[in-house]
Amino acid sequence: MGKIYDVAIIGGGPAGLSAGLYASRSKLSSIIIEKGKWGGQASTTEELENYPGSMEHPTGPKLMERMKAQAEAFGTECVKDEVIGFELSEKIKTIKLTKSEIKAKTIIIATGAQPMLLGAPGEDELRGKGVSYCATCDADFFTELEVVAVGGGDAAVEEAIYLTKFADKVTIVHRRNEFRAAKSLVEKAIANEKIDIIWDSVVEEVYGDGIVEGVKLKNVKTNEITDFKTDGVFVFVGTKPISDIFKDIVKMSDKGYIITDDEMKTSVEGIFAAGDVRVKMLRQVITAAADGSIAAIAAEKYIENNFEH
Amino acid sequence: MLELNKDNFDAEVIQAEGTILVDFWGTKCEPCKALIPDVERLAEQYDGKIKIAKLNTTENRRLAMAQKVMGLPTFVIYKNGEKQKEISGAENCTPETIENLIKEFV
Ligand SMILES: Cc1cc2nc3c(=O)[nH]c(=O)nc-3n(C[C@H](O)[C@H](O)[C@H](O)COP(=O)(O)OP(=O)(O)OC[C@H]3O[C@@H](n4cnc5c(N)ncnc54)[C@H](O)[C@@H]3O)c2cc1C
Repeated sequence: MGKIYDVAIIGGGPAGLSAGLYASRSKLSSIIIEKGKWGGQASTTEELENYPGSMEHPTGPKLMERMKAQAEAFGTECVKDEVIGFELSEKIKTIKLTKSEIKAKTIIIATGAQPMLLGAPGEDELRGKGVSYCATCDADFFTELEVVAVGGGDAAVEEAIYLTKFADKVTIVHRRNEFRAAKSLVEKAIANEKIDIIWDSVVEEVYGDGIVEGVKLKNVKTNEITDFKTDGVFVFVGTKPISDIFKDIVKMSDKGYIITDDEMKTSVEGIFAAGDVRVKMLRQVITAAADGSIAAIAAEKYIENNFEH
Repeated sequence: MLELNKDNFDAEVIQAEGTILVDFWGTKCEPCKALIPDVERLAEQYDGKIKIAKLNTTENRRLAMAQKVMGLPTFVIYKNGEKQKEISGAENCTPETIENLIKEFV
């Protein structure tokens, strides 16, 4: 029989990596499965200024690289693969990867979230041709050009500020008349000469011949449609959970966020959830990391109570 | 794997006969960098069947933009110098979708 892990962690973002760190420090055998980039969403922002202690290198990619190295240093295995299914009828759980299987006593779901789309005509066709969801990845292309950043939360305002390092002008389009983002960020944005703000407006259409040329904006108060020429559209209108593969397994909210208790327990014994994928008030690196640590210790308790040594 | 830049792009892609897959990536694009080992594996696996090359857009921004690439990761298939098909964005570019793109053209 193959190896049985104490903890199998799905997703290598801050929640998964912290779970791995805490599990391996508790001498549990643990494995993290990541299908894409280590560090998850946090590795796609260079403006990570609110994770305590990340003053010198406030960049997501660097912080996340250190989180991974730290988890591995204590013995967590990190593998690149995608989890595609489960076999959960036995006490030992089976996790199906693309070409192999893993067996584990507990599972921690840390699959995070992905960007929500505008849902506007042209958005899909012009993706990679001016429509972007990752400023760190694509800002370079817009050096000395003009872009629109859509959204009003922390990510939108923070990434708009980042974009001013490249673009000549950044116009934030927000559907309300005030930002949800942290006040310090908002002050920084308003003081930035390269940033303009269009309130009460949504993007109705993105257009361009093979490359973004502009957007049609609709004022939600007057319903007036205006044409706005731009070279790029950066979309930060929130995220949605990556939880489809758990649909018939654990309890979720209407929006697909996994429901847990304070110890990150889901509706299924031995399955925990941590980070952006679960129902919670604040989706940040610090709360994802905290969830991961709690999930790992809760998993340890579950193993002590349910398995013989 | 073949590295494209402004000096060889024309000869290797535009003037070249046959099919080539170009991986447009950038030094600050984490999703792109995560895919590189898979692209290298595919390049070996499909060696002789399709040419696979990568282009660092951070160093060749204008060249990428001339190809209408303004977002990463982007994978483009060219045949006899003509664009055939492309996929773009971290959610759309996975080892699987890239392999499917290759299979469509070999
Ligand atoms: C542009 C932007 C800016 C941000 N700025 C900040 C900031 O300044 N400060 C801050 O604190 N937070 C910020 N955030 C939020 C922060 O990044 C997230 O809250 C945090 O990354 C959530 O961590 P997580 O581990 O729960 O999920 P994620 O980071 O989403 O990681 C989940 C991982 O799971 C993987 N995965 C999913 N499904 C599978 C599967 N089936 N098999 C294998 N792997 C899978 C994904 O590929 C992903 O890598 C920002 C987010 C964005 C998008």
